[in-house]
Amino acid sequence: MIRAAIALLAVLAALPLFGLPEYFLHLGIATMLSAVACTGWAMMGRFGLVSFGHGAFIGIAAYTMALLWNYAGLTPWIGLPAGVALGMAAAALLAYPCFRLRVVGHYFALVTLAAGEIVRILIVALRNITGGSLGMTPRLSPDNALAAMQLGKHGFWWLAVAVWAFALLAWWWIDRSMSARALTAISEDEDAAASIGIRVTREKMMITLVSAGFAALGGALGAQYRLYLNPESLAGIGISLQIVFGALAGGMYSMLGPTVGAAFTIALEETLRVSFGTAFIGAAPLVYGVLLVLFILFLPRGIVGWFERKR
Amino acid sequence: MDPFLLEAIVNGILLGGVFALPVLGLNLVFGVVDVVWLCYAELVMVGMYCVWFLHTQAGWPLILAFAACLPVVAMLGLLLHLLVVKPLLGSPPITQVLATGGVLFILQGGAMLTFGTDFRSLGVEMPPMEVGEIFVSGTKLVAFVAALVSAAGLWAFLKFTYVGTAIRAIARDREVMPLMGVDPQRIYLVASAVGGGLAGLAACLLVVQLDVHPFIGLSFGPITFMICVMGGLGNMLGGFLAAFLMGVIISTGGFWWNTEMSYVVAFVFFIVVMFARPRGLFAR
Repeated sequence: MIRAAIALLAVLAALPLFGLPEYFLHLGIATMLSAVACTGWAMMGRFGLVSFGHGAFIGIAAYTMALLWNYAGLTPWIGLPAGVALGMAAAALLAYPCFRLRVVGHYFALVTLAAGEIVRILIVALRNITGGSLGMTPRLSPDNALAAMQLGKHGFWWLAVAVWAFALLAWWWIDRSMSARALTAISEDEDAAASIGIRVTREKMMITLVSAGFAALGGALGAQYRLYLNPESLAGIGISLQIVFGALAGGMYSMLGPTVGAAFTIALEETLRVSFGTAFIGAAPLVYGVLLVLFILFLPRGIVGWFERKR
Repeated sequence: MDPFLLEAIVNGILLGGVFALPVLGLNLVFGVVDVVWLCYAELVMVGMYCVWFLHTQAGWPLILAFAACLPVVAMLGLLLHLLVVKPLLGSPPITQVLATGGVLFILQGGAMLTFGTDFRSLGVEMPPMEVGEIFVSGTKLVAFVAALVSAAGLWAFLKFTYVGTAIRAIARDREVMPLMGVDPQRIYLVASAVGGGLAGLAACLLVVQLDVHPFIGLSFGPITFMICVMGGLGNMLGGFLAAFLMGVIISTGGFWWNTEMSYVVAFVFFIVVMFARPRGLFAR
């Protein structure tokens, strides 16, 4: 199993060396980075902690990274971890009172939704430094591309493979830990879990921080890869729901589910873009929505979950 | 008092009237069916397009367009319940919320495909009225009064009709009511239709004040959910009061800073309220 995983990673890492077309690399990078965000979301989603606010953490991380680069000249290699840390801090600030005061279920989902909106509106309102709804681009630095993390397709491919593998490793590690058992118990019945000595708030905090961190990492790297930041696509309800869709479509209960979901989402987006052209802006959400509803109605465990059950 | 502050407060109360109807609709559906319609604001958007299309494109008189909008959105509420919510009644609440989130994308995409992304204006504007030292927008005042009247109508419906009583009963205890000979499925249908109708009503009041575009749901949808949660999900009176509270917060926030920051203040206020009273401001 471990050997197979390493072999697979080696193959993935070697792929760009075979002169694959740029477009293929582009799709692969986009898929892997989006898979990191979806995997991150599913880490808590599968224990019944449904957040509609992961966009908040992505927005904070991406904008911290880009603002530090544009205004302070700090390399994204430091700015990105700093941004992710700030995103996780925001998650802690939000989640701790939620968990202590037992804001659960619908209430938790809507509180996180509010958080996502706050970040989106703040980015828009601070337009003097963030560029507002028009978005912003990290300052280009062709002479110093490595320090600016403006790596081109090959470099980003390797970075994406590494980050993606890191996310799956974290998933695998959490899955084998006592925390996964504890969180399963918590998702069944919090009081019962507490009564057998599970530290409910602590376990939930831990998984929330990890989840927010990976979402922020994947999302912010995606922004750095595209070299364009926009409040609508990095914070708020839209991106939050898209992440949820990816995780759900692929199946949030299996390790590879969110990745499959991300691949599915991106393939869908590309197909729609190619086939609908300019009408794309309307057709994409429409098809998205129909599929989301169909998935929930007929494949509640996602694509991977369906295959697993078939076996 | 500073007349501008006073004006901001009055405007906030008027704004609260606009929020009140969707909040009541959402609360009704949640209280009865126990599902949050994440796409509620998009139902309102469909209603707004409906009025806009019938009035400006098909040339109907405004009153007729309003009258047609209500059943259309009520039907949409019914369809939403029958096609999406009903099959999921036994699923975890989160699955249901996500499914209605999918409908949000469907309605948004549908609106973009049908009407494009342009802002569509009804082009109806009443002159502002001068009351004492302050100016009040005529359209907003009319919308506010209409919202109050509709809320009173909804209250009377719930209080004095047989179906209304059944709705209140099922919201209180969904296990016992079937034993009393009430078919919950039928009550769900009624609640969904009434909830949709309220969205249609809200659309009529909003379309005279705001230009309609496919993303308009996102501009007041989140705040509507927050008001519902703040008043206590399913708590009609709580939601109604919270709508006015939120309206005043947003409006006076706009007076002290600017409109965007006022929404940030409103959202932060919401989160703080959730931490202070996790079951809503008016939870017993």
